[in-house]
Amino acid sequence: MTLLRSIFAHPSGRIGGTIVALYLIIAIMGLVGLTPHDPLMQFRIDRLHAPSATYWMGTDLLGRDVASRLMIGIAQSFIVSFASVALATVLGIVLGLTAAWFGSYWDGTIMRAMDVLLAFPAILLALLIITIVGPGTWTSVMAIAFVYTPIFTRVVRGPALSLKTREFVDAARTFGSSRTYILSRHMLLNLVAPLTVQVTLALAWALLTEAGLSFLGLGTQPPQASLGLMLSEARNLMEMAPWLLVFPAFAIMIGILGFNLLGDALRDILDPRSRGAVA
Amino acid sequence: MNYLTRRLVTFPVVMLGVSVLVFVSIRLVPGDAITAMLGTEAGLLTPAQRASLETYFGMDQSWFGQYWHWLGGVLQGNLGISVTYGRPVLDVILRVFPLTLELALLSMIVALAVGLPAGVYAATHAERPSDLIVRIVAMVGQSTPSFVVALLAIYALSVWFGVLPAMGTFTPLWEDPLKNLAQMILPALTLGFAFAAAVTRISRSAMLDILSDDYIRTARAKGVPARSVIWHHALPNALIPVVTVSGVEFGYLLGGAVIVEQVFALPGLGRTVLDAILQRDYALVQGACCSSRLIS
Repeated sequence: MTLLRSIFAHPSGRIGGTIVALYLIIAIMGLVGLTPHDPLMQFRIDRLHAPSATYWMGTDLLGRDVASRLMIGIAQSFIVSFASVALATVLGIVLGLTAAWFGSYWDGTIMRAMDVLLAFPAILLALLIITIVGPGTWTSVMAIAFVYTPIFTRVVRGPALSLKTREFVDAARTFGSSRTYILSRHMLLNLVAPLTVQVTLALAWALLTEAGLSFLGLGTQPPQASLGLMLSEARNLMEMAPWLLVFPAFAIMIGILGFNLLGDALRDILDPRSRGAVA
Repeated sequence: MNYLTRRLVTFPVVMLGVSVLVFVSIRLVPGDAITAMLGTEAGLLTPAQRASLETYFGMDQSWFGQYWHWLGGVLQGNLGISVTYGRPVLDVILRVFPLTLELALLSMIVALAVGLPAGVYAATHAERPSDLIVRIVAMVGQSTPSFVVALLAIYALSVWFGVLPAMGTFTPLWEDPLKNLAQMILPALTLGFAFAAAVTRISRSAMLDILSDDYIRTARAKGVPARSVIWHHALPNALIPVVTVSGVEFGYLLGGAVIVEQVFALPGLGRTVLDAILQRDYALVQGACCSSRLIS
């Protein structure tokens, strides 16, 4: 509750939080079917219909309602981003905590492996994974998670290394607390703040990567809608039907902007040291 | 060990890891290179023809044998033969790389030319409406995928100015510099846009930090003109983080060019890797991924 209040007291937190909340509502409405039309229904007579009272954002080449497709597209992009960031966070926590805790060879092996993964441009690594497994929603989730795991591992390992030498961890050890208990209660709980910031910013990147993959035709597959896919479909029609380009383009931009603003605000609130570092 | 020695020691290890990862993953891709190269005609090959092709491309050896063979070749400067181009991989890379490098350099020029003055301006007008506008634009810039910028730019050009970016046949810089620049300007602006946003944010915060330093106050107290304080005293120090970030981002630009090259149909390294992955051109993916890593 206090966190929510601080977010809304922060100017960019207020804007970012509102955007994210709005997108979440739209995504949920899209998922439960509260769309103006059936997103897959083809209104053949109204193909490439300009925005109107019936079709708020017009229709596409197959006569499908763009507004409805945008809603499930946002839902789709959110599902992929949330799932992949969740996976990357869990993997990053496990790898980063154990690397910091056990040190020596285990630490060396994990961190060099992460260096190898970080050495790739994100989109190339994701492409490589997708060509191996075949395109699709869950492949994108895996690929994006794989790409961002090294970042989370680094975010966890650094502070975990210094936490490990703190008195309260030593105290817990002398009490005879189990390793799992120390790692999950004493160490992890102290890492929540940097992780929260990282998760929010990673959601913005994941949205960006998902859109890029779908745009290249390697993410969500038709007839499903996703923001990147809608843009790729709009590519050859944009002079004739600019609404096909404009709405998804701004939907992506504003969505990512929301997460970036929220992430910046959270960094200011949760990590006072970096306040105003990159404003 | 100091930082530089440690980096120099771990670098070959990381490169080796990159090459193993690429090697294994590209071979996990379903389908084989011969089928990808010949398409339906692959079905017409006699077993003997297929076997001789496999021997020719070294595909009859075990994975370990293939990797060992490849690594041995690399150490002698031989990256293997590209199946799709039928030419040495190094040749193919050297032919497409200049374009990606030019694109990355142009984007960097765009980013610095726009981002640096914007950042300095915002820092010297901190907390005023103009600062807020610069920050909002920078934030939007960082939040916009490059292909969205590309599509919106193409749309705006075609609708408002009635021109389309020259796509299709690409003119290299050394053949016709003007024509080449005309083709590169839009991709460079697109790729430079997000980068400019990052430069703006970093130079603004670095300038803000430095403008509150004692030596700046001293300079002002001495009566140094405001313009000189900013450009001669503050900026050189504010440039340090900007240069660091530009170096890191330049590596990403080389990789991030994949989508921009795809949208503008530019035959650069990113697009070549993308095609090579789709064509199962093992040697080319391997060589291109490792060399792009080597450069960045």
